[in-house]
Amino acid sequence: MGAAKQAVHADVGDETDVSVTESAPIKRSSVRKVLPIVEGVVLIAALLAPLVLQDYLTVFATRVIILALFALSFDLVWGYAGIMSFGQALFFGSAGYGVALLARDLDITNILLVLPAGTIIGLTFALLLGGFLLLGRHPSSVIFVSLGTLTGSYAADRLARGWYYLGGQNGIPSISSMTLGGYEFSEGPAFYYLVLGILVVVYLLCRFLVRSQFGLALAGLRENEQRIAFFGYKAQHLKAIIFAIGGAIAGLAGSLYAFHEGFVWPNMVGVVVSTQVVLYVLFGGSGTLIGAVIGAVIVEGVSFWLSDNYRDIWPIILGLLLLLVILFRPLGLISFVLGERERVGSFGATRKEKQNAP
Amino acid sequence: MLLEAAGISKIFGKLTALDGAALTVGENEFHGLIGPNGSGKSTLMKCIAGAEVPTQGKVSFVNADITSFTPTERARAGMSLKFQITSVLPSLTLYDNILLALQAQSSLLDLVFSCTRGLLHDQVMTMLTQFRLAERAFDAAAALSHGQQQWLEIAMALAGKPKLLLLDEPTGGMSLEERRVTGELLQPIKKHCSLVIVEHDLDFIRDICDRLTVLDQGKVLASGTVSEIQANKSVQEIYLRRA
Repeated sequence: MGAAKQAVHADVGDETDVSVTESAPIKRSSVRKVLPIVEGVVLIAALLAPLVLQDYLTVFATRVIILALFALSFDLVWGYAGIMSFGQALFFGSAGYGVALLARDLDITNILLVLPAGTIIGLTFALLLGGFLLLGRHPSSVIFVSLGTLTGSYAADRLARGWYYLGGQNGIPSISSMTLGGYEFSEGPAFYYLVLGILVVVYLLCRFLVRSQFGLALAGLRENEQRIAFFGYKAQHLKAIIFAIGGAIAGLAGSLYAFHEGFVWPNMVGVVVSTQVVLYVLFGGSGTLIGAVIGAVIVEGVSFWLSDNYRDIWPIILGLLLLLVILFRPLGLISFVLGERERVGSFGATRKEKQNAP
Repeated sequence: MLLEAAGISKIFGKLTALDGAALTVGENEFHGLIGPNGSGKSTLMKCIAGAEVPTQGKVSFVNADITSFTPTERARAGMSLKFQITSVLPSLTLYDNILLALQAQSSLLDLVFSCTRGLLHDQVMTMLTQFRLAERAFDAAAALSHGQQQWLEIAMALAGKPKLLLLDEPTGGMSLEERRVTGELLQPIKKHCSLVIVEHDLDFIRDICDRLTVLDQGKVLASGTVSEIQANKSVQEIYLRRA
């Protein structure tokens, strides 16, 4: 570099600023920041919803928010790390069953106990299954992992159906409400805002994670696992970790779901729910957190509306809609507003991080 | 010796790709691996890098037996591979491609809390500048020309400061000018790194390598300095025979 050196600042992506010592100015990539706007709009809509919705719709909206939380767990695992988990309901449902048993047999309904318990159940099952499926000495194939998780979910479904202690086919009915001190969380706005608050916190934690250097490693994992192993990454460990985090979030969602619905039943650990969450994420847009949330809201919302208005043929309409989106918008609905570059994002150091560097 | 591969055989079903091949590379040595198509060059590279497990034979690196190491373990021991087919990560920016390679050995907590990216920034930009890619730091790697993708990939392979770099056909598909630049880009790494290079372009090999090993039908036909190999009758023969 013989030419006079000058520092050039280039703004790239969100919060990323990179100063460069270079003689030629670096082209600014013109990334419109759509993502924060979408996130803001969704948050405001979610905050206002109970004010305009009738009571029974608030109950429905609460269920949708819980399912959106569940969708986040699958999005981390598939959309960010490229692990095809067809058994995400295993963690969702087992946590639901776990907290239902706590409430039924031990009378534990305190929110400060049941939610951590559900999270830990999801985490534990994901560690066990993920350890088995992902932690071989050599990388496991996508088919092996998807069939393994599918089998896990199917087996759990059969087990729950056959196990008398878990209520067999009928599941565990009439779970008492979650409590905090003397307060009971029954269906309604309080439950809604509790769930929304949890979703926002988990969302922000996920956002922090996927934009960190760990998130960059996940992007490498998703795009070319073999390549990053040759850099010296312990690719299998990364996969097992993100799989476990996904399991923990699914567990949290499952325990909320159990208390909100007031019962758990074998479907909740089975293949149908596992597939449902895949559809949410594909529909909304995998690899973006907000896509998972939007997918859950739209799929559930549309099914609700269709089943009200087209009582007989609504599943066919829904199926066609899903097919259309997946065929023509493989990156999901979010890709209508979000460009590829912003979806993938940038991971470089922020200005503050560079100033702190010696 | 930095790298010693001895008696390497690799059999795929009925096909014997390697039949007792050997390769030794000293420190700061640029070593060319040449031979006709199908002579086993790429397979030997893969056996050294850990992408294939040899049917027989032993690979030692820095005096340790690494024959059964996984690619991750080999990378951590100081070996780096540039694949024959470019495998930069197309949707990431050039900057992030390099950062991904540089941060490979950061601890998990450092990655989660992004502790090292501030520290690595200068190194990322130095690598990009060195490989004449700094101006495009924030474009997606997919937007690069084929030659530039190869350079990016070499930069990524060098990011972890390896002791040994394995390059499988780095100039494949490059223009003459790009080949010349590639040679220039590789010269300075000699100070801290050895190189094994598989290449069809014999002029390119002759210009940058110290020693050559010639493979033919899975066996070593000859090994020695560039001038020794050029004078070798049997080497001339296989190249004439197949020309």
